[in-house]
Amino acid sequence: MVASALFILDIKGKVLISRNYRGDIPMSAVEKFMPLILEAEEEEQTPTPIMSSEDGIHFLYVKHNNLYLLVMTRKNSNAATILLFLHKLIEVFKEYFKELEEESIRDNFVIIYELLDEMMDFGYPQTTESKILQEYITQESYKLETQPRLPMAVTNAVSWRAEGIKYRKNEVFLDVVESVNLLVNANGNVLRSEILGAVKMKCYLSGMPDVRLGLNDKVLFESTGRTSGKGKAVEMEDMKFHQCVRLARFETDRTISFIPPDGEFELMSYRLNTQVKPLIWCEAVIESHSNSRVEYMIKAKAQFKRRSTANNVEIIIPVPEDADTPKFKCTVGSVTYAPEKNAAVWKIKQFPGGKDYMMRAHFGLPSVRSDDPNKRPPISVKYEIPYFTVSGIQVRYLKVVDKSGYQAFPWVRYITQNGDYFLRLPDPVKTSKLGTI
Amino acid sequence: MAAAPRGPPKFFSTTKKGENFELKADLNSEYRDKRKETVKKVIANMTIGKDVSSLFADVVKNMQTEDLELKKLVYLYLINYARTQPELVILAVNTFVKDTDDANPLIRALAIRTMGMLRVEKIIDYLMEPLKKALKDDDPYVRKTATLCVAKLYDLNPEIALDNGLITIVQDMLSDRNPMVIANAVAALAEISEASVRRDVFVVNTSILTKLLAALNECTEWGQICILNSLANYRPNDTREAADIAERVLPRLQHANASVVLTAVRVLMIYIDLIDNDELSKQILRKLSPPLVSLLSTEAEIQYVALRNINLILQKRSDVLSQEIRVFFIKYNDPPYVKLEKLEVIIKLCSDKNVDQVLSELREYCNEVDVDFVRKSVRAIGRCAVKIDSAADRCVNGLLDLIKTRVNHVVQEAIIVIKDIFRKYPNRYEGIIPALCENLETLDEPDAKASLIWIIGDYADRIDNATELLEYFLENFKDESSTVQLQLISAAVKLLLKKPGSAQDIVQKVLTTATQGCDNPDIRDRAYIYWRLLSSNPQAAKAVILAEKPPIESDANTVSETLLDELIHNIGSLASVYHKTPSLLGGAAITEISRGPVRDTLEMEGDEPEVDARTVAQQVNAAVGGGIENLLDLDFGGGSNGGGGGGGYSATPTPVTARAASNIDDLLGMDDFGGGGGGGGSNAGSPFGGMPGFGDSTPATPVERVEWLAPHAANGLEIAGTYVKRGGQVGADLKVANRGSSPMTDFAIQYNVNTYGLAPATALQVPSPLQPGQTADVFLPLHRHGQPQRMDPASLVQIAIKNNAGIYYANTHVPAGLLD
Repeated sequence: MVASALFILDIKGKVLISRNYRGDIPMSAVEKFMPLILEAEEEEQTPTPIMSSEDGIHFLYVKHNNLYLLVMTRKNSNAATILLFLHKLIEVFKEYFKELEEESIRDNFVIIYELLDEMMDFGYPQTTESKILQEYITQESYKLETQPRLPMAVTNAVSWRAEGIKYRKNEVFLDVVESVNLLVNANGNVLRSEILGAVKMKCYLSGMPDVRLGLNDKVLFESTGRTSGKGKAVEMEDMKFHQCVRLARFETDRTISFIPPDGEFELMSYRLNTQVKPLIWCEAVIESHSNSRVEYMIKAKAQFKRRSTANNVEIIIPVPEDADTPKFKCTVGSVTYAPEKNAAVWKIKQFPGGKDYMMRAHFGLPSVRSDDPNKRPPISVKYEIPYFTVSGIQVRYLKVVDKSGYQAFPWVRYITQNGDYFLRLPDPVKTSKLGTI
Repeated sequence: MAAAPRGPPKFFSTTKKGENFELKADLNSEYRDKRKETVKKVIANMTIGKDVSSLFADVVKNMQTEDLELKKLVYLYLINYARTQPELVILAVNTFVKDTDDANPLIRALAIRTMGMLRVEKIIDYLMEPLKKALKDDDPYVRKTATLCVAKLYDLNPEIALDNGLITIVQDMLSDRNPMVIANAVAALAEISEASVRRDVFVVNTSILTKLLAALNECTEWGQICILNSLANYRPNDTREAADIAERVLPRLQHANASVVLTAVRVLMIYIDLIDNDELSKQILRKLSPPLVSLLSTEAEIQYVALRNINLILQKRSDVLSQEIRVFFIKYNDPPYVKLEKLEVIIKLCSDKNVDQVLSELREYCNEVDVDFVRKSVRAIGRCAVKIDSAADRCVNGLLDLIKTRVNHVVQEAIIVIKDIFRKYPNRYEGIIPALCENLETLDEPDAKASLIWIIGDYADRIDNATELLEYFLENFKDESSTVQLQLISAAVKLLLKKPGSAQDIVQKVLTTATQGCDNPDIRDRAYIYWRLLSSNPQAAKAVILAEKPPIESDANTVSETLLDELIHNIGSLASVYHKTPSLLGGAAITEISRGPVRDTLEMEGDEPEVDARTVAQQVNAAVGGGIENLLDLDFGGGSNGGGGGGGYSATPTPVTARAASNIDDLLGMDDFGGGGGGGGSNAGSPFGGMPGFGDSTPATPVERVEWLAPHAANGLEIAGTYVKRGGQVGADLKVANRGSSPMTDFAIQYNVNTYGLAPATALQVPSPLQPGQTADVFLPLHRHGQPQRMDPASLVQIAIKNNAGIYYANTHVPAGLLD
């Protein structure tokens, strides 16, 4: 662990706010940080998130908007912990001030100091749950008679939930969100396909409820010897749980049981490597007419069941930087040229399963061109398919038990969307100006 | 300072003169609100770096207040300025002490926390009583804060902390009923134990272990990291206990916090060596893989740390991610530092099963924009060729295709790696030389030029127009960089030796220019040496300059075994990111490599001796002659100067890694003569380290013994040895000395499986007892009927030597050629 001091710097390296946790490194040592960044950039390397100065000070940082969040240490500290803490800090600040940027730091310096004091002590992370912090570190000035009290949760075993929460109507909303990461090479072979799933919860439950979540988990089914019945069971490669989930219990009998935090949080995430048919498939043919124009022909296909529909589909086709006079033609949707991204963006509001659509784009090219044939980003695709999980995961039950014995209503939604979804472009087919003579 | 454009109070906007004077007045205002606003203004000034220390007394006056926000601001001010005004801090002490008695635990804890942070000696006396009380506070929040305060105090003044029995109290707190308090007590004790010489500060026994394991399930994610950390340091009593702990740690791999996962991986990687239950070991290894893959879905910075650690884990357990190579394929939007690390992991995971897929990926990366990344991708293709024999043809074809693209930096990098391929597979690919030479004129980087010149020189007899080609480079001899000049001298001489008569003029010219017109002593000296050799004894010149070069090997394992074990004990830490031993980082190791009872017994049976941190120095020495263990890996990422190189001039050269070979100098006949890197990486820091052959060697002892066991690491037993052939019998030539104070008996030696199947032909014949101060020369005949197993490097032979005082391990190296 052990962070010696923490800084928030602007993009030029000026300190906006800082906190010295251990006093073993002079705070002026932060001046050595920006030169390290610049030096790396000068040598055409991107600076790594961990760097050290010649006199043995280590800098670990995260860049966010136009800010550097930076930790200094001289020891062999736990790098993963420090970087993760910085991300946690960003998360907490965002929940407090919406945006974390130079201005919000200036406007909220008092509360930032308070948070820095509370979240880390002597370089060791302490309480980082923003829900709990908000109970005793608030933006309103305190009145004399209402001195804030420490929420029990700070030191409880259940450090993420306050006591005495009350709702008139007890409800739980579950969102199962799956993102598909896909990488297809220029020949149309799938190099990599994985599903990253997350179960997000919104809990409006009174008291200290004990919740159990049942999924169609293949390992569970096999271990209990039950057949999965009508639906198929899903084999999850790796599951990660919010700290409220009892991991030891999960390890023994794969039961997901927990006392949830109040409000919104991510209960778990999982990963599947099972290869699935790419949901939105794109084929591209590029014809380049020796330095005068280039044509793209894109065929997009929705490779999922007819009863589902992908919404807000965006197919982003990269084009040469110096392309001009765009012309588009498509069967469905609309195409725009986004010069700032050097791309043509094909938007389709609704893309039903099983359909395929075509698009043609035509660009002029200057006759004199910088010879840079290498730069070829892939096509990327954005989409959302509601009421559908590509893995087939299902919530079998959600049981809520509280001492007071109330009835809680669970609501479940499923959605599948794109993650890092890339299809590499093929080489352009070269046609000479003369054509075939 | 730009003013915040909106929002009601603008604390950063005042820039008037005499501001502190006004603030001083306002701090003493009769209105509470006014005073509070002013303190905020003071803090704002402090934040932007203005000196407000002169207001100390006036700010402190506002400390005694019911307003918690105001109190916190004053405390903050104190933390920043207490050290500049130590004599005034006393003003604040009364309020501090009073606050530690407040009814509100928030305030009690705040006072304790802040007092510990002032770092002023004067305040320590006042802190002691409140701190002791806080350690026994009813509220766990106060206790957990006080626990860390003990570590702060120890940092400031260890004696006082010890004298007042604070450490004992914290030790008792390991049994606290609150998991957060336990976690902070663990953190505090670990820190104190690291700083102190006493080894009894943090001793985990069975009952504490039970409490730690219970707290692991209950405390916050950060607390879990502290506890896992202490488990990594713990030495289990037996294999059974090790297995139990490992099983309790396994569920942590499912935690959402990546650092919890990585620290759990550390514990498991350590414990897996201590477990003798094969079933469980396999299960652990199987369970390690998915969480490691999932770490690649985290924030880029965390991915970077994870990838650097996966790199290490693969060097230790190459089978962990063998099925997962695809997840390391580069995403278009990965940050460059992630791309480069993924590339390293891809090369590690590359095998003859997936090499086609890897090559097509690498070809794709060569089209990227980032020049640095493209170069490393080109280089990666060459590294695959060196690593996987069966894929070398495909790699070479791939590189030739790249050369045809004529993209300048791609071509130059390709030529540099092709040189490595030529060294690995001599005489296999000379057919591609014409294609390389076509690019002669486009080369402008010294490394690329030097590589091509080296190829021309080495294959001078197969290249018809070698003379012409060299002449082309010689035209601008004086303007070339020294790397290129050195290569040119060697290549010209090689040409002369290989095709006598053809290059007389060139050699004459280049040697004259080098000896008369060059200021660089290296170049001048090499030219002189060659000249003398050629003129006095051409036969000897041939033997030296055209001597067979040691083959290079895959550089997949970039850290030595000793360092690797140390780094595995530090997974997730900065050391694991830099791949440097923690002692070089200016801090102690997160986890020490400890020698527990279990470890010792395991070492006796195991076939892979573990290495104690204390024997590092000895290991370095043992590596002499092998010359490749760049133990400290000081210059990771770059070519290692002085790392590598052959053995002494009379010893036959041993293999060098491809990385070392990327340093052109090492490839030269010069080094074969001069003695090369006698100490390998261990001498990297010393300017003379690379040249022991000149000064030390006396003709009488053709083969020098090197230190195998250092007396301080082996209870006084010192062994220096080497491998020799005597009358056709291969054996170990040893000097055994007793530097201890008591007689030694019961000597025995054992050989671990090694590349050559070397094993003792007879028992070790040491005079028994070996009296203190006595030295014995021993020859241990060896046979080659043992179980052969490829070692990396191939020359590595691990041995264990036993006497009545213990068992010691040494890494020794067989000089290449000895066994041919």
